[in-house]
Amino acid sequence: MLNGLSYGLLLFMLSSGLTLIFSMMGVLNFAHASFYMLGAYIGYTLSGVLGFWPALVLAPLLTGALGALFERYCLRRVHPFGHVPELLITFGLTYVVLEVVQLLWGRIAVDFAPPPALQGPAFTLVNHSLEGLRWVWGAVPLTLCSAADASLRIVCSPFPATRGFMMLVALAMLLSLWLLLTRTRIGLVIQAALTHPDAVQALGHNVPRVFMLVFGAGAALAGLAGVIGGSTFLTEPAMAATVGSIVFVVVVVGGLGSLSGAFIASLLIGVVQTFAVALDYSVGSVLAAWGLGLSPAWQASSLGHLTIAQVAPILPYLLLVLILIFRPRGLLGTRDA
Amino acid sequence: MNAYSVHDARWGSPRVWFVAALVMAVAPWVFGSGLAITMLSQMGIAIIACLSYNMLLGQGGMLSFGHAVYTGLGAFVAIHALNNWSAAALPLPVSLVPLVGGVAGMGFAALFGYVTTRKSGTTFAMITLGLAELVFAMSLMVPEFFGGEGGVTGNRVVGTPVFGISFGPAIQVYYLIALYTLASVVLMYAFTQTPLGRLLNAVRDNPERVEFVGYNPHRVRYSAFIIAGFFAGISGGLGALNFEIVNAEVVGAARSGGYLLFTFLGGATFFFGPIVGAILMVLAFVLLSELTKAWLLYLGAVFMLMVMYAPGGIASLVMRNLQLARHGLLRPMLGAYSLLGLAFGLCALGVSALIEMVYHRQLNAAMGTQLRFLGGAVDTASPLHWCTLGAALLLAAAFFEWARKRFAIQWDAAQQSIEQARLQHAGEAP
Amino acid sequence: MSLPAPVPALELRGLRKSFGKTEIIRGVDLQVQAGERVAIIGPNGAGKSTLFNLISGRFAPSSGDVLLHGQSLLGKKPFEINRLGLSRSFQITNIFPKLSVFENLRCSVLWSLGYGYTFLRFLADLSDANAQAAGLMERIGLAHKRDVLAMDLTYAEQRALEVGITIGGGADVVLLDEPTAGMSASETTRFVALIREATQGKTLLTVEHDMGVVFGLADKIAVLVYGEVIAFDSPEAVRADPRVQEAYLGSAVADAQVTGQGH
Repeated sequence: MLNGLSYGLLLFMLSSGLTLIFSMMGVLNFAHASFYMLGAYIGYTLSGVLGFWPALVLAPLLTGALGALFERYCLRRVHPFGHVPELLITFGLTYVVLEVVQLLWGRIAVDFAPPPALQGPAFTLVNHSLEGLRWVWGAVPLTLCSAADASLRIVCSPFPATRGFMMLVALAMLLSLWLLLTRTRIGLVIQAALTHPDAVQALGHNVPRVFMLVFGAGAALAGLAGVIGGSTFLTEPAMAATVGSIVFVVVVVGGLGSLSGAFIASLLIGVVQTFAVALDYSVGSVLAAWGLGLSPAWQASSLGHLTIAQVAPILPYLLLVLILIFRPRGLLGTRDA
Repeated sequence: MNAYSVHDARWGSPRVWFVAALVMAVAPWVFGSGLAITMLSQMGIAIIACLSYNMLLGQGGMLSFGHAVYTGLGAFVAIHALNNWSAAALPLPVSLVPLVGGVAGMGFAALFGYVTTRKSGTTFAMITLGLAELVFAMSLMVPEFFGGEGGVTGNRVVGTPVFGISFGPAIQVYYLIALYTLASVVLMYAFTQTPLGRLLNAVRDNPERVEFVGYNPHRVRYSAFIIAGFFAGISGGLGALNFEIVNAEVVGAARSGGYLLFTFLGGATFFFGPIVGAILMVLAFVLLSELTKAWLLYLGAVFMLMVMYAPGGIASLVMRNLQLARHGLLRPMLGAYSLLGLAFGLCALGVSALIEMVYHRQLNAAMGTQLRFLGGAVDTASPLHWCTLGAALLLAAAFFEWARKRFAIQWDAAQQSIEQARLQHAGEAP
Repeated sequence: MSLPAPVPALELRGLRKSFGKTEIIRGVDLQVQAGERVAIIGPNGAGKSTLFNLISGRFAPSSGDVLLHGQSLLGKKPFEINRLGLSRSFQITNIFPKLSVFENLRCSVLWSLGYGYTFLRFLADLSDANAQAAGLMERIGLAHKRDVLAMDLTYAEQRALEVGITIGGGADVVLLDEPTAGMSASETTRFVALIREATQGKTLLTVEHDMGVVFGLADKIAVLVYGEVIAFDSPEAVRADPRVQEAYLGSAVADAQVTGQGH
């Protein structure tokens, strides 16, 4: 459950940046996951030179700067052509970033290790069949995890510190975003732009500069997620692709333009995916439990034999398609896509 | 300028089709090698796929990220049909297999298309993306249909040969593909000259206005989607015959991305643009990828430059220059063009040299530090070589900027005089 | 024996529209007989464009009904309404920018000639559609720009094209939303003649700010103020109505009379 939540929070870090960019500029940034990847790789290099904690601060800033540069020299040129060319240019960017990353860092995963402070478990849940659930800070020695008596069952679930840190950062980000949006002036401007972008423009804010800042900020948020995600999970060239499409699902399901929608959708999808992977029941048995029996031919076929774990990868996309059919605004969306 | 709007053409120019047919008939003899025939076959398949994609993108304003779903599913159904036909010894000719693919593509387009085409724009793009990921993810889950990891294989040499044609040799498959390609291109062109085709353009330009002239934009898009799915399925079926194997990659995101990239590169606003794009696609995948490991990088960069500076693609560049030529303004530009070309070439050389050097260090370090680049040897370990290349690149970039400014001035002047000529001509009012 | 009252071409019954908490149209009742030419005037923000959007199906009313020849338009989509014989133009020019003038007009006649969604015939062979489109081109005075892309026309020419597209389908109830907006005086005069000729025999509803145009075109004037119709009568009666003068006309009427553009 906690794993699901932490993954969901990581998705939220990414989708919040994407939502901001879309709301302010109407651009669905296809390359958002590429900035995630860049953040991870830059963080990896910097942490090798400066240590993890400085890298945690610098890598997102650098990523944000790259994002701002892209906006200034490429996206801005394409803006007058309409939304489709904007989408296309971010699409092209994904190819370029992927190849440059592979060019500079190679095609195999790199070992982006979390700092010593974050290695190991933050806490461990010990589930003793007799004594119930216990919470132990830090690691639990193995002896405590195995029972001498065969009738006892002790299950130790360590919760990695990196994931805990990820949740912390995500929550901190959520909090600071909320504060920024509701308490500061620039935050009010962005809030207004989330629902009424034209009015904001008409009010005379320096729109190109704001665009550049927002895009850069979105990229920086993605970069931050990258540093944390890369050190928690794998840092490899495929990381953009794996997480990229899920982030789109999150943003669309949650509702384009809604940060709270993105939050809910991220958690929903994070939990669903993590849970589904752990479930081993076959689709056939689940449907039977719900009273929808399958004919023997279907049961015997591979479709009926599929476990929920195997079906897990398509669940987000299924959700995306269903939402787009029945509720194109998404869960909490304020604008149509 | 828009090739669709000026004359009512019906089937198109018979001369053009004749020349095209001639070229396709003669090409294998001109190019000879087995590799050439493979590439020509792939070009035919790609042309049909990209043209069908442009029915959505260029003609309908629908940006799809999942066109490979329809080409790929058509391919799968086609190869299953092929296997079932040979197993059941049905007297149906192998040459009709692509039509089965077409019908399958049409069927899936009808199935998914109703919901997909309700809106255009970003919603449409997102649904196609979601569907594509869905279908690709399912490909691992239903091995009966998708053949699991290895895919589905087939054998096109079945049944009794008709007139000695067994479709065993690649050249015979090439001519079959060429026939289908010619027929498909002519049909797709004819489509642009029908009411539905024109209304599709109208929906692209202004869906609301289409409603107020009595048409339902959703139905226009849906109908076009199904027709595009038909041709996509034909392309997939031809691919199944050509390669005799179909695996999950044919419905993958990479392939959909490829259609998008190259159709746009070729030019979405002119009918022949995707044909150019399809040819480039095959050339890139087969030749360029052999030439350099960095080809995807070059591709992505070229694509981005195209979006920024020539969103109408190569076709629009060609047409604009033809327009210049018609007004007699092309010859004076040739000087500026050659300077620009030279500068661009130098820059490209410099950039690619640097990129190749980095790739070499990354991937081929075991082969030593020497890199053969365009006939010369470059030492990737030597800082001197790096620096000289870097300096050369900076110089070339400066040269390019200078040439570009000169070119831009001349180009703008030429455009202005064309504009004036047009206004004068249009201003002759009764 | 008395004849039953003729069914009005267009009737608005108790029409209301709110956006969120703001009620823009606050109960409009209007009956327009076939062949009448009605101008809707009113101060800015009175809800004129919203009214048009309600009639043409772009928005759904919060309550009330719109009846076309006695048939309710509630719940109908714009294209269904169009097929029943109602057509409209827009305040912001709404044409097909990348199609030529001829193609624009041809698109507007295709449905009414029954060609539907066919892809089995060539446009070049549709002689009636081509003839009608050519005729329309002549009537709106754009025959010399047959192959020019709509986005390359001048503003006045685009407005003319818009009117052409609006009447192309043969609709008998035509809504024109500020057709002469942004035009010079001479363009306006010519344009009014065009509208008069193009909408002969049809029922016309037009939103206008230019009083000269209004008095030149309209049989009756409806005055919309804050979402309600406060007067619906002949131009003279409206001009004399003290409520209208207070709410809206004021000096505009005097100007129109002075320059002799009035009836």
